[in-house]
Amino acid sequence: MGYTLNFAAVWRSFDDLLLGLLLSLQLAIVSLLIGAVIGLAVAFALTGGPVWVRRPAGFYVTLIRNLPILVLVLFTYFALPQLGLRLDKISSFVATLSIYSGAYLAEVFRAGLLMVPNGLREAGLAIGLTPMQIRFSIVMPLMFRNVLPSLSSTMISLFKDTSLAAAIAVPELTFEARKINVESFRVVEVWIVASGLYVATCAVLAALMRLVERRLSVPR
Amino acid sequence: MSDLSIFLDEVWIARFALLKGLGVTVSISLLSILVGSALGVLVGLCLTYGHPVVRLIVRAYTDFVRGTPVLVLVLASYYILSTVGIDLGPFQAGVLALSVFCSSHVGEIVRGALQAVPHGQTEAAKAIGLTFGQTFTSVLWPQALRQVLPTWVNTAAEMVKASTLLSVIGVAELLLRTQEIISRNFLSLQFYFLAGFLYFVINYGIERLGKYVERKTAVPS
Repeated sequence: MGYTLNFAAVWRSFDDLLLGLLLSLQLAIVSLLIGAVIGLAVAFALTGGPVWVRRPAGFYVTLIRNLPILVLVLFTYFALPQLGLRLDKISSFVATLSIYSGAYLAEVFRAGLLMVPNGLREAGLAIGLTPMQIRFSIVMPLMFRNVLPSLSSTMISLFKDTSLAAAIAVPELTFEARKINVESFRVVEVWIVASGLYVATCAVLAALMRLVERRLSVPR
Repeated sequence: MSDLSIFLDEVWIARFALLKGLGVTVSISLLSILVGSALGVLVGLCLTYGHPVVRLIVRAYTDFVRGTPVLVLVLASYYILSTVGIDLGPFQAGVLALSVFCSSHVGEIVRGALQAVPHGQTEAAKAIGLTFGQTFTSVLWPQALRQVLPTWVNTAAEMVKASTLLSVIGVAELLLRTQEIISRNFLSLQFYFLAGFLYFVINYGIERLGKYVERKTAVPS
């Protein structure tokens, strides 16, 4: 024992950590947006699509949810070039995380869609809306309200998963923390500050989502 | 030689490495599930029935662990412990990190399940003169367990997936073995595929088990 904390080296490189955090957030936001589009399409396919769409959609969700994300990250970056698909580090990671989050969001959205009462769809049909109009102006807004709590936890775990980008040397927060760790040997301090930044960001994200939930909750 | 027979040859050469890696993956997962669950039940109990001060501390612990990426927990556990003079190998440090991660998950599951038991049950137990210990062991816990089990089984799949992160600190589990094999024969596509297939089979098996347990423990309606 007898370790004395000295944060000087970490504060000197604090800007790098912040830039890393910024990149982590960017990776999470872009992947979340692409993942949400994939997830929404898959959720609609799972709940109302014909069998030939439902089967592959179900296969995608089951496959991705049962694979470790690190294997997916390494596979996309190191193995796909063998098939002639060469992506740079960041696009490769964003593609992986989008496909990964798409599967989890599909489950979230599917559960939300099932909660929308069928009578509302029928009411839409009765007043002469097209299926597309029903989907966009009745079903989707209600679904979003239903899924906000699980969406918020998926979002937070997605943000934490950006740390995996360090495995292919994308300079996000975990990568920067490891770099400072190697340069300064202030091991304990580096990891205290880095995990502090993650925890704080997660707390802010959770608080923001709670705010949105309160704003959108059904008035009683 | 065709591509497939080259691949099969390489798999045959690497068979022991792959099996050992699989063994390490399974041991990591089992160990961290066991330690993490024991710790997690304790966390859940503290969160539900603890003294306010205890509750505050345990809440801070779970929130901190849940707000930190597992990879960061693994790296921090490995580097910090060796720096402050606790001599653990990468395997032990990694299992410790995963157990801590597992405990926060299980803790929240247990808390949720205990809180879902209607309050009237506790009052009824009190009315017929049971002590808190008796109420807990014969009224609350059996009902909570029914809710906990399916999610708990799925946590096992979560731990198998998280075990891959120990490759980053040099634990020779399945993923690190795969990477070593690839660095020798450059068959990255085939061997990542193989690793992915193995992980999928394990996790899909656990998922089916979870579904089965869910059906078995469902309250008949």
